Amino acid sequence: MINSLFLINASGDIFLEKHWKSVVSRSVCDYFLEAKEKALEPEDVPPVIHTPHHYLISIYRDKLFFLSVIQTEVPPLFVIEFLHRVAEMIQDYFGECSETVVKDNMVMVYELLEEMLDNGFPLATESNVLKEMIRPPTILRSVVNTLTGTSNVGDTLPTGQLSTIPWRRAGVKYTNNEAYFDVVEEIDAILDQSGTTVFAEIQGVVEACVKLSGMPDLTLSFMNPRLLDDVSFHPCVRYKRWESERVLSFIPPDGNFTLMTYHVNAQNLVAIPVYVKQSISFFESGSGGRLDVTVGPKQTMGKTVEGVVVTVHLPKTILSINLTATQGSYTYDNGTKLLVWDIGKLNPQKLPNLRGSLSLQAGAPKPEENPSLNIDLKIQQLAISGLKVNRLDMFGEKYKPFKGVKYITKAGKFQVRT
Amino acid sequence: MLSMSTNNLSYNDQGGSDSAVEVGQETTPTSSNAGFGLFSTNFKKNDDLKEMLESNKDSLKLDAMKRIIALIAKGKNASELFPAVVKNVASKNIELKKLVYVYLVRYAEEQQDLALLSISTFQRALKDPNQLIRASALRVLSSIRVPIIVPIMMLAIKEAASDMSPYVRKTSAHAIQKLYSLDPDQKEHLIEVIDKLLKDKSTLVAGSVVMAFEEVCPDRIDLIHKNYRKLCNLLVDVEEWGQVVIITMLTRYARTQFTSPWKEDGQFDENSETAFYESDEKKTKNGDEKKSYMMDPDHRLLLRNTKPLLQSRNTAVVVSVAQLYWHLAPKHEVGVITKSLVRLLRSHREVQYIVLQNIATMSIQRKGMFEPYMKSFYVRSTDATHIKSLKLEILTSLANEANISTILREFQTYVKSQDKQFAAGTIQAIGRCATNISEVTDTCLQGLVLLLSNRDETVVAESVVVIKKLLQTQPTQHSDIIKHMAKLFDNIAVPMARASILWLMGEYCERVPQIAPDVLRKMAKSFTSEEDIVKLQTVNLAAKLYLTNSKQTKLLTQYILNLGKYDQNYDIRDRTRFIRQLIVPNEKSGALGKYARRILLAPKPAPVLESTYKDRDRYQLGTLSHTINTKASGYLELSDWPAVAPDQSVRNVEVIEPVKEWAPSLGKTGKSKLSKSSDDKFYSDSGEEEEEKDKGSGSSSSDDSSSSSSSEESSSEAESDEEKSSSPSSEESDKSSSQSEKSSSESDSEQKKKTTKKPPQKKTVKPTAKDSDSDENGNVAKEASSSSAEETSSGSDSGSDADSHSGTERKKKTKSKAKPKVEVKSTKVVSLLKEVSLLDLDDFNPTPVTRPKMSVLSPSLLGDLEGLSLSNISSTIQVSGPAFVPEKRHDLLHRMAGKGLSAHYQFPRQPCLYQPTMVSVQISLTNTSDHPLEQIHIGDRSPTGLHMHCFNTIECLLPDASVTVSLGVDFNDSTQAANFQLCTKEDQFSVSIQPAVGELFLPVTMTEQDFRKEQGKLLGMNESSATITMAAENTTSQPISRQVATVANLGVVPSGQDNIHRFAGKTASSGAVVLVTVELRGESTALITINTEKSVMGPMLLRDLKWALAQA
Repeated sequence: MINSLFLINASGDIFLEKHWKSVVSRSVCDYFLEAKEKALEPEDVPPVIHTPHHYLISIYRDKLFFLSVIQTEVPPLFVIEFLHRVAEMIQDYFGECSETVVKDNMVMVYELLEEMLDNGFPLATESNVLKEMIRPPTILRSVVNTLTGTSNVGDTLPTGQLSTIPWRRAGVKYTNNEAYFDVVEEIDAILDQSGTTVFAEIQGVVEACVKLSGMPDLTLSFMNPRLLDDVSFHPCVRYKRWESERVLSFIPPDGNFTLMTYHVNAQNLVAIPVYVKQSISFFESGSGGRLDVTVGPKQTMGKTVEGVVVTVHLPKTILSINLTATQGSYTYDNGTKLLVWDIGKLNPQKLPNLRGSLSLQAGAPKPEENPSLNIDLKIQQLAISGLKVNRLDMFGEKYKPFKGVKYITKAGKFQVRT
Repeated sequence: MLSMSTNNLSYNDQGGSDSAVEVGQETTPTSSNAGFGLFSTNFKKNDDLKEMLESNKDSLKLDAMKRIIALIAKGKNASELFPAVVKNVASKNIELKKLVYVYLVRYAEEQQDLALLSISTFQRALKDPNQLIRASALRVLSSIRVPIIVPIMMLAIKEAASDMSPYVRKTSAHAIQKLYSLDPDQKEHLIEVIDKLLKDKSTLVAGSVVMAFEEVCPDRIDLIHKNYRKLCNLLVDVEEWGQVVIITMLTRYARTQFTSPWKEDGQFDENSETAFYESDEKKTKNGDEKKSYMMDPDHRLLLRNTKPLLQSRNTAVVVSVAQLYWHLAPKHEVGVITKSLVRLLRSHREVQYIVLQNIATMSIQRKGMFEPYMKSFYVRSTDATHIKSLKLEILTSLANEANISTILREFQTYVKSQDKQFAAGTIQAIGRCATNISEVTDTCLQGLVLLLSNRDETVVAESVVVIKKLLQTQPTQHSDIIKHMAKLFDNIAVPMARASILWLMGEYCERVPQIAPDVLRKMAKSFTSEEDIVKLQTVNLAAKLYLTNSKQTKLLTQYILNLGKYDQNYDIRDRTRFIRQLIVPNEKSGALGKYARRILLAPKPAPVLESTYKDRDRYQLGTLSHTINTKASGYLELSDWPAVAPDQSVRNVEVIEPVKEWAPSLGKTGKSKLSKSSDDKFYSDSGEEEEEKDKGSGSSSSDDSSSSSSSEESSSEAESDEEKSSSPSSEESDKSSSQSEKSSSESDSEQKKKTTKKPPQKKTVKPTAKDSDSDENGNVAKEASSSSAEETSSGSDSGSDADSHSGTERKKKTKSKAKPKVEVKSTKVVSLLKEVSLLDLDDFNPTPVTRPKMSVLSPSLLGDLEGLSLSNISSTIQVSGPAFVPEKRHDLLHRMAGKGLSAHYQFPRQPCLYQPTMVSVQISLTNTSDHPLEQIHIGDRSPTGLHMHCFNTIECLLPDASVTVSLGVDFNDSTQAANFQLCTKEDQFSVSIQPAVGELFLPVTMTEQDFRKEQGKLLGMNESSATITMAAENTTSQPISRQVATVANLGVVPSGQDNIHRFAGKTASSGAVVLVTVELRGESTALITINTEKSVMGPMLLRDLKWALAQA
């Protein structure tokens, strides 16, 4: 299975390597670096590269490449999924996944990698299990460790490893027992020039933060589960209960986790919370053009649209821009030709507008296509699909937990073609 | 110390070069040890490490180790420190120890001699009481790639494979692969360990051992047979990575073991027992077809158990299930994977890439699957290049008459994309759409012609190339397009496009007679400055024009040929020379010249514009090979479906083989969603004392039903089962479906149980029901079967989790819980009551005994179910395991009569797994001839109504080989022989199985009190008795029991008196109670009494018993 792992930063330096079988020389990465050179963007590097003796499967995440070396047939997704788990594990342990963090915690990362795979086959990937074997660093613990000489490494087998619920550790105890659920929905949409919806769908995810003592058995039900068209669950959710009753029945992991992701039935019309009036035009003469963008609220169910950001990848031939925004501020990076207009809250009375002129490089032809606009937005206390949590029940424990549900709608891949 | 330093020196040669470069060369002679002088020069910054490692303080050592590990992580060489590090291998500090392990694993291969020093530590640790330490010792030991220790590793693996802790066993499965890569010669031994671990019941082990299997012996498919059902049933519980591996392996397995579900109207072998197969999908599709395809229940089991995994959060699992459905499921069921695959498109970019690739391959064969989700494949400007082109590919594959206009509109946007590579790809896609869908060919062509005036060169060039291809498919109408392109020729600079235009001119020069020579004239002018590919086409054009229109172009052609003759490129020179010889007639040109026209202007087949994913389906979906479109090393070919299914009974878990298990029960924490098999239960039972078994079954079912969700689950399952079993209208299909349902879902667990000598089975039999002969009442029968299906399924579920043997406290809890549960069901159960009789024995009338319908109730599962009701039922009669299995083999077919085929049969005295009413018979077939015998199967049988479960056709029996098959025969409680024909490919032999009356029973256990009660009901006509003189040695209890058990398959009833021996059983077919009493009177006389309603069987049994007991 997975032979070796290399962590490579965006500029192509290998700063960590780990081998689970015989050592593979890091020169194998040259094939990858070559492909990386060829690609315009780091995202364009092909995830699977075939070299004479090895296969390189890589992911690009948080400005880092996680490159694994494979020698024999293995489902590529198996490797990709695992690499993402590694990234998530680093994120989970150290708060962020970046080159500095990995370098600062080199030994711990290395130990974690050692635990995650045995002979290239995943051994422990559940965060709860890992955290029992190698405790995450906290300031308090590092102080205690230096004083008492204890270590971060556990000396007994995590109970989760042996049970059929590997995601939960035993003996969890809290003074305040709380369970919070965030229903986060993202709108993926493509709007065309005239503002009509080419494609729109809603993807949702239920994020949970459960801090409950003992072995609670939770049941979460929805008011309108029919909305959910396709779902995927954390392994803790019992499929059968869902199939028969459309309720989520589970023994939760301790801490933060993604309970489920869902896709809202495609038949339901997707409410698009904002509209965008735009005109981007270039003069036939090829010397420049005009840009005029207005954003306004549309179907917001009476809620305020916040955190609106418009991102535009301007054509490469743009020389400079001169714009004025009636609300918010814009930044423009002439190197990447990336225009970001941070609007903030949408005020229905006074619509934000960005307009001005674009000038092209001398002699450059008029761009063939107008750049498309990517919209980011946020609506608090609203799940745009109308999904509602009905109730949360707890069995198996005596105490009364504090429960809470939060809804939020965001723009996913929300694109306006111009 | 001295030896160490020498080692150090020698290893510096090996690995020291890196470090020499990486660390400074300055010498700081801090080390007191002369032997390490060299070493310290290499480590300017790290020279203190060795001292730290040799200090007494753990904290210093730990710091040193951390720095060393950081060096390793950075890819720097730290091998010099090996001797100093290895000394700490026995450290008490667990963190330090772990770091030393990490170091060892990294460098042991390079420093083999020194690594050996650490081995004894691991050997000691392998015996540690802490399972984590045992496991990590094995992990490190097996990771040290030192060939000398192979025997030690082998021993450690074998021991760990029998460890109490499943975690250690899992580690041993991993170690198998490591040892195999170190020393492939150990294969045979390792296969033994794999075989052993495959039998493991722990979900923890399953994934890892299958991985080992895939790596070491993927061809030993025979190891899987017996574990197939277990793996299917455990699958949901296995950790996600293991799921992927198991699913991939099972896909391959299924392709070798089951017949194709794809030939909808394929006629199948007459011998395939329709009764045995599940037929639910047939009913919906073409129920009228009688002998159509029936899916093997094991095949169905796999599909059913993998389906929920489509909801997994792990994308690898989802795709592996998707590929399983794609490769194994009937065509109309594959659709279920669509949604899940589309869902994955929301995941990370890399995941999208792989999923899109798989969808691309699928969408070529099955457009319909993804068409409703077409919009999910629309391209966003932010997508990565490879994602864009894959989406384009899929959209093109999905295009049909209905959606082409939408797709073309979408393509229009893409053509304008800033990413010109992508725009070019779109143009190709438009070309493909145009050829595939004739309605839009013209529209596309016009659109492409418009693109010819695009400002971007790549777009124009691509358009020209695509137009060229399109024109080739229908050249007649489009001379104006060719003219248009000729006009554009001056403005196009891309060589490929220019070459394409030139080729078009040449090919269709007769349609544009005015223009072609003019183009050639222009080309003659610019020839020298053109690209090679354009030059070649110019030469071609010249040659073609020369042949068609030599008057105008003769000189031009000669001019161009002359230019070509002196070109720098040898290809062009070659081509020119060839063309000249071909077209210009001279004395040397010979015969070929005559055919110049036919050679150059031959009608050419139009190119087929097809997907680059066309041929990818030769690889299994989801594999690396599929992704890179070449065979990756270690890729295992997916075999074609066998034409005839191999013997399916191989997956039946061995009936006789006594399985002694070491597996301790794992403390499952009451998570009930899962395992449907009762494997676990069986094991926990076998570990206990015989007498505790009843408790075991009680508590095990309790375990489950006490948790809230299990009842949910069982009811949900029961629902589906009910649907299935009640849907068929004809009685025959009813029987078959219910039966197959049983066999698919329960057979595993059921058979497991049979391996125990006395499985915990309790059966309450309502005596009044016994009189009823089987005149069948359709409705009742149906209800019986459906409700019984429900019962069984819930029974199986409740039996499933039971691996914790809890005490009585828990048991009580169950009873109270179980009762209401059964009550709820009681409405449906009524017709079943004679079997179940859980609640009220009196208020139920003798129902016709519809034996075939009862089949759904496997005795053992019923036993589980009734275990719940222990408290409120006084009269309990359970079917138990046979007290004695006679070895006696009967001749079925003599080898002389059978032309070399000899057959023997014997009665294994096990409840028949096909149908409880059947008596199971084992037949061993031996080929004594000198040629292989093919297609051994069972032919006609008589009496015609004889219900028999035949064995699967044996494809081939080699000379001197023998095979044992099992058969189920419903003798209908008579000793009438079952006559049938045993057929080979060439011959048919009439044979008959004559059962002794004693073989028609199944032993039951009951209390003495119950025995008396039953006996009281069976007096008068139902009683037959005789006084005999017994042989002297038969006068004590043991010989009597043995003699009775030899004659008849009866169970012993505990007796309070020394001189009275009681035996009880029930007839296999109708379930009538048979009671035997042997009362010793005086020295050698005894009174045998037999009470049974079967008035024929009574005296026959009596006669046999008399004979047996009178004998010595």
